[in-house]
Amino acid sequence: MNSTIMTEAAADLPEDSSTVRGTLAGTESQWQLIRRRFRQHRMARVSLYILILFAFCAVFANFLAPKDPLKVQARYTYAPPQGLHFIDRDENGDWSFRPHVYGYKVEVEPEALRRVFVIDPSKKIYLNWFVEGHEYKLLGLFPSNIHLFGPERKRDPLYLLGSDRLGRDMLSRLLLGTRISLSVGIVGVVLSLFFGVLIGGLAGFYGGWFDAVTQRTIEFLRSLPTIPLWMALASAMPSDWSPLRVYFVITLILSLLGWTELARVVRGRFLALKDEDYVAAALYDGASHIRVVMRHMVPAFTSHIITAASLAIPGMILAETALSFLGLGLQSPVVSWGVLLQEAQNIRVLATAPWLLAPGLAIVIAVLAMNFVGDGLRDAADPYAR
Amino acid sequence: MSTSPEQPVLQVRKLSVDFPHKDGAFHAIESLNFDLLPGKTTCFVGESGSGKSVTARAIMNIVDPAIITQGSVTIIDRESQNSLELTSLDTDSEEIRAVRGARIAMIFQEPMSSLSPVHTIGQQIVEAILLHQDVNETEARKRAIEALKAVHIHSPERAVDRYPFEYSGGMRQRAMIAMAIACEPDILIADEPTTALDVTTQAEILLLIRELQRKRGMSVMFITHDMGVVAEIADDVAVMLNGRIVEHGPVDQIFHAPKHPYTRKLIDASLGLEQAAARPVPPRPDKPLIQIDDIRLQFGGHKSWFSKTVYGAVVALESVSLSLWPGEILGIVGESGSGKTSLGRVLMGRYKPVSGSAIYTDRQGRERDLTQAASFRDKQVYREIRMIFQDPYSSLNPRMTVEQIIAEPLRINGLASGNELRERVANLLERVGLSASMMERYPHAFSGGQRQRIGIARAIALEPRVIIADESTSALDGSVRAQILDLLLDLRDELGLSIIFIAHDIGVVRYLCDRVAVMHRGRVVETGLAHQVCDAPVDSYTQRLISAVPRPDPRQRGLRSA
Repeated sequence: MNSTIMTEAAADLPEDSSTVRGTLAGTESQWQLIRRRFRQHRMARVSLYILILFAFCAVFANFLAPKDPLKVQARYTYAPPQGLHFIDRDENGDWSFRPHVYGYKVEVEPEALRRVFVIDPSKKIYLNWFVEGHEYKLLGLFPSNIHLFGPERKRDPLYLLGSDRLGRDMLSRLLLGTRISLSVGIVGVVLSLFFGVLIGGLAGFYGGWFDAVTQRTIEFLRSLPTIPLWMALASAMPSDWSPLRVYFVITLILSLLGWTELARVVRGRFLALKDEDYVAAALYDGASHIRVVMRHMVPAFTSHIITAASLAIPGMILAETALSFLGLGLQSPVVSWGVLLQEAQNIRVLATAPWLLAPGLAIVIAVLAMNFVGDGLRDAADPYAR
Repeated sequence: MSTSPEQPVLQVRKLSVDFPHKDGAFHAIESLNFDLLPGKTTCFVGESGSGKSVTARAIMNIVDPAIITQGSVTIIDRESQNSLELTSLDTDSEEIRAVRGARIAMIFQEPMSSLSPVHTIGQQIVEAILLHQDVNETEARKRAIEALKAVHIHSPERAVDRYPFEYSGGMRQRAMIAMAIACEPDILIADEPTTALDVTTQAEILLLIRELQRKRGMSVMFITHDMGVVAEIADDVAVMLNGRIVEHGPVDQIFHAPKHPYTRKLIDASLGLEQAAARPVPPRPDKPLIQIDDIRLQFGGHKSWFSKTVYGAVVALESVSLSLWPGEILGIVGESGSGKTSLGRVLMGRYKPVSGSAIYTDRQGRERDLTQAASFRDKQVYREIRMIFQDPYSSLNPRMTVEQIIAEPLRINGLASGNELRERVANLLERVGLSASMMERYPHAFSGGQRQRIGIARAIALEPRVIIADESTSALDGSVRAQILDLLLDLRDELGLSIIFIAHDIGVVRYLCDRVAVMHRGRVVETGLAHQVCDAPVDSYTQRLISAVPRPDPRQRGLRSA
């Protein structure tokens, strides 16, 4: 027997040598292969780091925010962003490392007779690490008032990204908005994933009338114009609902259409896999349907599902933004990127306070990063495809 | 062959092609030397990966992403004796495009993927003619019809306006040939043109190529891995191994006085199948293991909500009656579409026939009708009747290790766990000729033959009584195929198996099987002892089938000379 193996291996060498060389004798699992392929995708890797940063900001938004995102400061409306300086020069001309910003002074614009803030280099506001500020609950559990950084004196203005109409700090609001916007995307996709995998899986595995009905339903749902549908559903919400309830209903509305796409992906994979010989082999082993699905079919497309989901999150985020921007989604005091952008609806406001567009930049970066990560995952997803 | 006084039409010298790779390069072919002579057929044989197809592409100078690292390919005009070196030309230059298709034409293994599905056959031939010849469209169409006539397609005037999907596999290959010869090339490169075809169709195509070659004095470069085909059509043979020509000579010398050990191995592998002695018939107990009676299977024919209306049922099996006796290997042969695979699936409970029965007597002596879903409910049938699949690549879950794959049936049936399970898997691997240390690898690290061994290990894991092997060796190269067949024979004797072996390859069936059932269009047309059916067939269809099988001996050519 040994000699037969030898000759067979020798005869097949040219065909197989490349695969064997690449995979350390072929003992790497699917996930190891995916991870290695993903690492080779540079854009996706960089984007993944950006997303991790965003997620970090979302989780520790309160800790990172230097000012109370909800606190109205009538004295500093539409204050422009302050530049951050690191090197301080004191009266003697000595240099030292001490982060600081400059204060504001108020000038009156001669033509419009409007109050404008001008950076005043004579007033220095020094920044400190771990200062005490407004109260919050870390991770929603631990009460605290320590912030990563803040002005030495609690009352000094600190507007690294400027302030809005009511003098609230844009940076703090942006950080808090990250939390809502990202979680709307993720919760919405998780919901759609649940319905999509369940319905798509059943349709793909059993086929027949159930498949026909779900397919027609999906086609119908996808033929509806999305924005008017969302608007109708959102405006049907009673205005006296609590912000939290509105938040959940909005994610539900978003995933109402989101599941259709995922259901199609899952159904397609099921149909393709059903004809694979190894699935037939598992059936002939006497495996139950549940086992065939969970052990032989699901592992074959989890990577595809992760990919489809990561590509669906940006869609959710954009949809939430669109709804909130139109004033139909989340409402103050809940802060999301879309809610923030509501402030930037007026062209005259934009001309005087262009920093109100910062949330737009955050959306662009987040959506692009998610798309790149999704692309990277898709390329890495099937390590056995050529 | 270089002593031949005739002037070659193509001279290949020191041709080497590399596939650049992240670390170094893979040498696909290395310093090949050969000539192609007008009116002669040179066969290139070798197992997959030996560089046959790369050689053909290198002649056409279309090897991207590989690169031709050295050597020359010179094409010599038969009338003017002008020669043109091809490898130095730009791969997209005017000159090389004037050679491709016009002076060197090529036909491929899979005619469907080489034909455009959205154009009629005629349009595609006309386009080829217009590209290379200075004629108008009416004249080109006339030539296209002539070309179709030359490849014996019925009523070419009408066939010219049909689409590829309206053609059968053999007709498509004829159409490809028509397209190739429409510009009257000096050289025809045929890359496994009959591998995807049934034997009877293969015989027709081989005859056709030879007839056209004689008529037009073409030089044919024929790539194949089937020694029977080589013996049938070759004038010269080049044997390739790992990118090199290890032996080159006239066909008779290659078959009857091979010099290189690899050539000898190839010929022995094909002759081994051929020269199997008739095996003694095992004594028959009073009752068959599986008794198939009058089975009729049809597909479609019912209407369901929403889905497309089905116009009529396709009958896949029609009054099929067969019996499988304990300890025997029953071969089921037939061309594609003859219903042999459907029969296997009926026995595994996958398809439910309209009428008929398949009574299986299980270990406890209970009778179970395999056409009833209830027979499969307690999984005992699945433990006793096992399947080996055709494609060694799709039949193993790429996401499971070999250990998990072989352990799966044992685990599902709760027969072993933990260390005992691992030990049994190790024993099974060694039983099928693999090393137990390979357990942790994933299937993609194995070759086709090794994967098929893994599939066999999975099948015998439950100590079955019957194995249904559906074309289990058709995806394998000659010598590997012979090893797998011997393994099946060993296992039969050792485990007392009965095997239903579904195949289209008569040679394999003759070698392996005790009895043979020949199927044609869903019916069993002949049953009998393997050597009787193969050597003295009674039914006219079987006779046609057997005579179409090329014999691996050039002195016994079976095809009528045109």
